[in-house]
Amino acid sequence: MLNDSLKQLSQRLENKEISSVELTKEFLSRINKLNSQLNAFITVDEERSLEQARVADQKITAGTATPLTGIPVAQKDIFCTEGWLTTCGSKMLSNFVSPYDAGVIERFKAVGAVNIGKTNMDEFAMGSSNETSFYGPVKNPWDSHAVPGGSSGGSACAVAARMAPVATGTDTGGSIRQPAALCGISGIKPTYGTVSRYGMIAFASSLDQGGPMAKSAEDLALMLNVMVGFDARDSTSLQCEAEDYARDLETPLSGLRIGLPKEYFAEGMNGDVERAVDKALEEYRKLGAETIEVSLPNSPLSIPVYYVLAPAEASSNLSRFDGVRYGYRAESYRNLEEMYRKTRAEGFGAEVKRRILIGTYVLSHGYYDAYYLQAQKVRRLIAQDFKQAFTQCDVIMGPTAPTVAFDIGEKSSDPVQMYLSDIYTSAASLAGLPGMSIPVGFGEKSRPVGLHIIGNYFSESLMLNVAHQYQQATDWHQKMPNL
Amino acid sequence: MQWEVVIGLEVHAQLSTQSKIFSGASTAYGAKANAQASIVDLALPGVLPVLNRGAVERAIKFGLAIGAKINSPSIFARKNYFYPDLPKGYQISQYELPIVEGGDIQIQSEGVDKNIRLTRAHLEEDAGKSLHEDFHGMSGIDLNRAGTPLLEIVSEPDLRSSTEAVAYAKTLHALVRWIGICDGNMQEGSFRCDANVSIRPSGSETLGTRCEIKNLNSFRFLEKAIDFEIERQIDILEDGGVIRQETRLYDADKHETRVMRSKEDANDYRYFPDPDLLPVEIDSAWMTQLKKTLPELPHVKRERYAAEFGLSAYDASILTGSREIADYFEATVKLLPAHAKQCANWIMGEISARLNKADMAITSCPVTPEKLVELLAKINDGTISSKAAKVVFDSLWSDEMEQNIDAIIDGKGLKQISDDGAIEQQIDAVLAENQQLITDYRNGKEKAFNALVGRVMKATQGKANPAQVSAMLKKKLSSGTAG
Amino acid sequence: MTLSIDDVKQIANLAHIEVSEDDVNSALNQLSDIFKLIETMQAVDTFQVEPMSHAQDVIQRLREDQVIESDQHELYQSVAPHVENDLYLVPKVIE
Repeated sequence: MLNDSLKQLSQRLENKEISSVELTKEFLSRINKLNSQLNAFITVDEERSLEQARVADQKITAGTATPLTGIPVAQKDIFCTEGWLTTCGSKMLSNFVSPYDAGVIERFKAVGAVNIGKTNMDEFAMGSSNETSFYGPVKNPWDSHAVPGGSSGGSACAVAARMAPVATGTDTGGSIRQPAALCGISGIKPTYGTVSRYGMIAFASSLDQGGPMAKSAEDLALMLNVMVGFDARDSTSLQCEAEDYARDLETPLSGLRIGLPKEYFAEGMNGDVERAVDKALEEYRKLGAETIEVSLPNSPLSIPVYYVLAPAEASSNLSRFDGVRYGYRAESYRNLEEMYRKTRAEGFGAEVKRRILIGTYVLSHGYYDAYYLQAQKVRRLIAQDFKQAFTQCDVIMGPTAPTVAFDIGEKSSDPVQMYLSDIYTSAASLAGLPGMSIPVGFGEKSRPVGLHIIGNYFSESLMLNVAHQYQQATDWHQKMPNL
Repeated sequence: MQWEVVIGLEVHAQLSTQSKIFSGASTAYGAKANAQASIVDLALPGVLPVLNRGAVERAIKFGLAIGAKINSPSIFARKNYFYPDLPKGYQISQYELPIVEGGDIQIQSEGVDKNIRLTRAHLEEDAGKSLHEDFHGMSGIDLNRAGTPLLEIVSEPDLRSSTEAVAYAKTLHALVRWIGICDGNMQEGSFRCDANVSIRPSGSETLGTRCEIKNLNSFRFLEKAIDFEIERQIDILEDGGVIRQETRLYDADKHETRVMRSKEDANDYRYFPDPDLLPVEIDSAWMTQLKKTLPELPHVKRERYAAEFGLSAYDASILTGSREIADYFEATVKLLPAHAKQCANWIMGEISARLNKADMAITSCPVTPEKLVELLAKINDGTISSKAAKVVFDSLWSDEMEQNIDAIIDGKGLKQISDDGAIEQQIDAVLAENQQLITDYRNGKEKAFNALVGRVMKATQGKANPAQVSAMLKKKLSSGTAG
Repeated sequence: MTLSIDDVKQIANLAHIEVSEDDVNSALNQLSDIFKLIETMQAVDTFQVEPMSHAQDVIQRLREDQVIESDQHELYQSVAPHVENDLYLVPKVIE
């Protein structure tokens, strides 16, 4: 049952083979068994979860269930959840019990999904390895020496280790896709503006986007059906027609044009990753797709651009953490200034402080034009590259990350090396395009490899179709780590 | 040396919306501490701003009223600085592309008309309040005011004296109330001024170093603070010193300005476009619709009063001092179109004196325009003298039970004597007793004539029509029938 | 561009983060490496390129001017470090 798809679980609930309370207990006991070694969850609250399961069971009995009713969902600890500790992976919010629900949380509540726990993450979503969490690193379930990726590492680990059937994540420069790849699961960052950012603790507002993480594309589609929707409380939320993301899953891929950016297949990619990606592309050709070379000439600049824009926005977004109205406040200080400085020095971890400093610098007087404004201009060039490429192809593919999961501690003292983990994912974030990762095999040390699929704006159902067809032909997505 | 004073004003006008600029919390004044601080105003993690249409409309109306350019798109930016009453650690304001750019305002200062150019007017949110009364060595923060919509109106340095600065501030104050975008309540902080003051040798084209004076919450303080600041700067320069660019605070108790912060420790605000808010677009249909809601503007009214009623510029400007006064005048003159000047004199004289004394607004004037017209008609048809009319006015004002003008005239015996015979009798009696005055008059002393008129008036207890008395007396003296 | 110790201190000051002398040095090294990476984008010719602030080319939606919030200060202040008389307390603010 742990390996069941959402559809199968939903069927079991509907047939009264199992109740939501029983299902929830099943996953809670799996969490109990594994979390001490994997550290995927920051907060588990059995009572609250079971209470939601009981309500779900009533819905099922009443016949008002929808596909996610009664299904346990692991929530990234970046989503404010009423009555739950919501830490965002930081000491700064180590005592913050949210008085309100994020838009995404409300939507899961509305359909009667069960919150199975709040997952670990890089502090304020800043990191690619989950090592920056105040609550300790998450282990990769395939290899406990390896990182799970980040920042949604807890969610990726929870799904990969079958501690939850599905999870939510957020992606600013690759934070859903990269950990999905490193943990051998599927994850999609939808088009910017489709999932509400209300109550999703901001890292870089113009890039942050919530999305689901699951075993398969089919599960992602069902999750997106719940997560996507207009929210008037978020000015950047788009007013789009509701759509069923599962509608095109079964469409054959014949005639699909897959664009392969030559820049992504240049140096930088490890051989093991390249082999797995090539094999996946071969599979796609078998499925009737054609591959064509496209060019994204400015995409090599996406990391420098990203590391100007994201820290700039973050430096401002994180100014609210001052120890005045909520969260951590330094214990000893002599005056107001010292309270601020100590609170922020003690409450934030090293990576967060580093990015605040970068962001503060690039916005400061005399440097704004050379850094921030220039980065915004190059951002447009990067977006224009995609626009051009999508005149030639339907989806773009490449590796999600340049390497399989690296070892814990391997890059933590070298920020630049760490930042380069997002080299293939950050361009789509800058453009606001949807991107996803699906497992396509294993590389060095038997660690998973992910295939990156970038679609045009609002083409999620096509992307899910493309991923689903591959998953119908292969079984990488069903592989489960030995735990 | 002769010095020229150069002043520019920055006015913060609180816009009269029901809810805050970016949240649905109330803006009502005087609520219990923090009762009107919503999660958006408190900057809880994850919250987002959504712009209030009412605030944008008021800003547009202001722009239309001063003939300014309305920018579309208009952009919101973040102004980053730390202060405990600034929950986000940044203020949402406007930097590039403010909603209103340019425009001008005509002022009258010491009888001279002058045009003051405006630089810009932009929307922004207010901060909360730090209460400095002692909480065992700590300050208390009330965030009710945080997020209240403000229009910051910035003038060009076109003002040349404190008198002009006050005239400008008063004109602006009247205008924002006139068009209904701000209640103008200075005690409650709804209209606050900062003044940028510098001096330069007369004839010089270059601007001197300026100081910004903050916290000027009355017109009197504005005038005093500027005068103090001018003196301070002259003293420094004449002693061979240099002015330091700094922000100074006006202390009303000590009547001095003192330094708040110097340019060296001035903040680097790191303005950048707010990624949580999108460009605001204002189409011409919206502007046209708002234009229709604007009342006839004071300067248009002034010109019309001069052209239509032949009023002096001075009278017209007094009568357009507020929309309520103008409404009262127009209601009066509508019923008495041939006597506009008389209506104006009564409103500017008797009525405004009584209102001032009673500290009342003209909207609650106990003598309605209809009653005033009825009273003036009694003067104009000779029933009572102007002097007697004032007595009737007093009675109308203070005795709301007796509003019948005829009854008041009768009751107080104020009817004017217009009967020739009765007046002649009194003239004859006066002439008989005042031989000396007759002689004086005949010897060319004009004063003697006035004395004789006065005595006749006295003899009739002021009830005779003075014009009639004068005419009859003159006739009698010239015909030689007297003395 | 080369960052100096003073630059690091200055930006830490702006960001209101206390940095010890030891940290300044390691921060300087790491930031210098990061800026080396960042500066590769500065060579790009962006003449006449519009800066891109938002992922989507959409305009601001406006909220009707209505009060929809009620007094919930007790709930909101339940997570505050220091509250008295409904006020958030901080070390004395000096103007």
